[in-house]
Amino acid sequence: MTLLQARRGRKVRIVQIPDERARAQCVRFGIGEGTVVDSAEVLRVGPVLVRHCNQEICLGRNLAARIQVEEDGLPVEGARVSAVRRLRQRLRGGSRA
Amino acid sequence: MTPPEGTSHSCHGGVSVEAPPGARKIVLVGNPNVGKSLFFNAFTGLYVDVSNFPGTTVTISSGRMGDDVVLDTPGVYGVSSFNDEEIVARDIIMEADVVVNVVDAVHLERDLFLTQQVLDMGLPTVVALNMIDEAEARDTRIDAEELSDRLGVPVVPTVAIVRKGFDQVRAAIDRACPGVSDPLLRDRMLALLDRVGTLPEALLVLEGDPYIAERHGVEAQGLRDEIYLDRRRRVNELVARVVERRGEGLDLRLRLGQALLRPLLGFPMLAAVLFVMYEIIGVFVAQTVVGFTEGSLMQGYVEPAIRTAVATVVGPEGVVYELLAGEFGVLTLTITYILGLLLPLVIGFYVMLSLLEDSGYLPRIAALADRAMTAIGLNGRAIIPMILGFGCITMATITTRILGNERERKIATALMAFAIPCSAQLGVITALLAAAGGPAMAALYVAVMVLVFGVIGLGMARYLPGSSTDLLIDLPPLRLPRPVNVLTKTYHKTVMFIREVSLYFAVGALLLGVLQVSGALVAAQDFVAPLTERWLLLPREAATAFIMGFVRRDFGAAGLYSLGLSGTSVLVALVTITLFVPCIASVLVIMKERGRVFTAFTWAGSLVLAFGVGGILAHAVSWV
Repeated sequence: MTLLQARRGRKVRIVQIPDERARAQCVRFGIGEGTVVDSAEVLRVGPVLVRHCNQEICLGRNLAARIQVEEDGLPVEGARVSAVRRLRQRLRGGSRA
Repeated sequence: MTPPEGTSHSCHGGVSVEAPPGARKIVLVGNPNVGKSLFFNAFTGLYVDVSNFPGTTVTISSGRMGDDVVLDTPGVYGVSSFNDEEIVARDIIMEADVVVNVVDAVHLERDLFLTQQVLDMGLPTVVALNMIDEAEARDTRIDAEELSDRLGVPVVPTVAIVRKGFDQVRAAIDRACPGVSDPLLRDRMLALLDRVGTLPEALLVLEGDPYIAERHGVEAQGLRDEIYLDRRRRVNELVARVVERRGEGLDLRLRLGQALLRPLLGFPMLAAVLFVMYEIIGVFVAQTVVGFTEGSLMQGYVEPAIRTAVATVVGPEGVVYELLAGEFGVLTLTITYILGLLLPLVIGFYVMLSLLEDSGYLPRIAALADRAMTAIGLNGRAIIPMILGFGCITMATITTRILGNERERKIATALMAFAIPCSAQLGVITALLAAAGGPAMAALYVAVMVLVFGVIGLGMARYLPGSSTDLLIDLPPLRLPRPVNVLTKTYHKTVMFIREVSLYFAVGALLLGVLQVSGALVAAQDFVAPLTERWLLLPREAATAFIMGFVRRDFGAAGLYSLGLSGTSVLVALVTITLFVPCIASVLVIMKERGRVFTAFTWAGSLVLAFGVGGILAHAVSWV
């Protein structure tokens, strides 16, 4: 899946950044291919917000749609998860250890 | 303090990167928003020289510290040639005798990447571990000694805003040394050394920098990914060793920073900020202050004095008098425009811009606007010149420099030149609309302008070759701006701006003067008149307003004011004058920034657009 499809507050592992410049700039920010970012969120105002090591990085939608990611485990502790999803998770049987 | 002999000769274009014999070049390097300028100000004191780096639009500052030269570089996340800032930073860093690398203690993962790159270049370095207080406030412990051991260079904890640690950094400069690098990488660099000359250049060639490779006639090696990932791995290991994070909680500032990206708080907040900016720049500065400086001061005292002086030398009539001190006199118009009109506006803009920059709010505005801007071939960062455009297109055109590539700069410049009314014009427009039909007429006007803006934007995004860059920014934490920093920045940028545009203005005034003296201006007036009557369905005299609009858009709008138009005629006239050619000041700046061809197209295009849309609107409303 792509970064644009990431669910709010999920940790995701960056698999591939196809754009050469974006890839270099991301590595400078601390995000390389293989990095698990603290959380990713598609903002309703447009871009995708990625949190990693005390930093917030904002990527345009089109770029986020080209970045391949995979979900890495569970929502981050304290991340804003909707009440509905929290309930669904609880019903599914305590997927949050 | 030594007098700044070496820094004054550089106003003729290039900065004094050349240091006098025996002096060291101390280069400040760091990511954006890490407090580099505070170090620069503390090191160099009052004698600072700000100038354009040759061949670019990036300004850099230089000054003296004792016998040494201190150079500031644009904030970058790494050294390469992705944009003008990086190219300038790269060229200055490669020439450095000592690098003072300022890093943000809160964001070491990010900042140490640049540090490690500088160390990989083999440059003698001192690291200033800045904002150490903020890191402590977040319960983050950083072992500076361990960091120093592992980097192999002096590391000094500092708190720049209270000038803590500056003396220690200054003292450490003498102890600066090339730090620890990767042996394998160093071997590869040494293998290239005899062909490229220096270690920094060898590294950049390995990292695939096409410019440096071309400079030495070698092939750029595409090892950037490999080198970057390896450097990233080294930095991450280092951070894991020296940083101990205990607090993970989100403080109030972080929460506010995040809330500003949610529609619920983000958009109302943005609207409020824009409103305040408009009130300050568009109303207070552009009308009240400029009314005084341009109207009372310049036209009231200075211009008459110049006219008298010129008259006593060349006589009160004749071509020479007209050219020097007439309606478009080189001396009168230039001085009035630059000191009376532009200076207050420029100061106002730079204060606002510095406040937005230093507070960390600007990147958040870019994030909020990204989606809308993407549709018209721009990205969120383009919102900044757009906002400024409502104040003054001339100024805003300069800020298109921050955009990612020339395509984006073209779209933004054209949109502003075509469809964004400046504050000077807006005052007159608002008054006319209110008189002609109130809110309904105003809504119609806004609707037409938004439509035109959208169509031009979508059209340019579609048909202009190339593609635009994507938003990829980091959001700095929100901070209270430091007044001293805001004022220093404003001062230097204002001086730079005035220095840059003065000549353009003098030439523009001379050109207009020649047109007027030769009678070409009146001829143009007659030429436009039929178009006005038959196509725009406006009275013949409205043509005069358009002629005036060539000089300044608000002259044009003001010209309409005196015609006593009513109802839909007002709408047609206002739409036409808004879409009409940008004022002379803007045209000159557009020419300087985008070149003659682009300016000619924009200028001619806006004529066609103004009369085209105006005429269609005129006929449409006459049917209804």
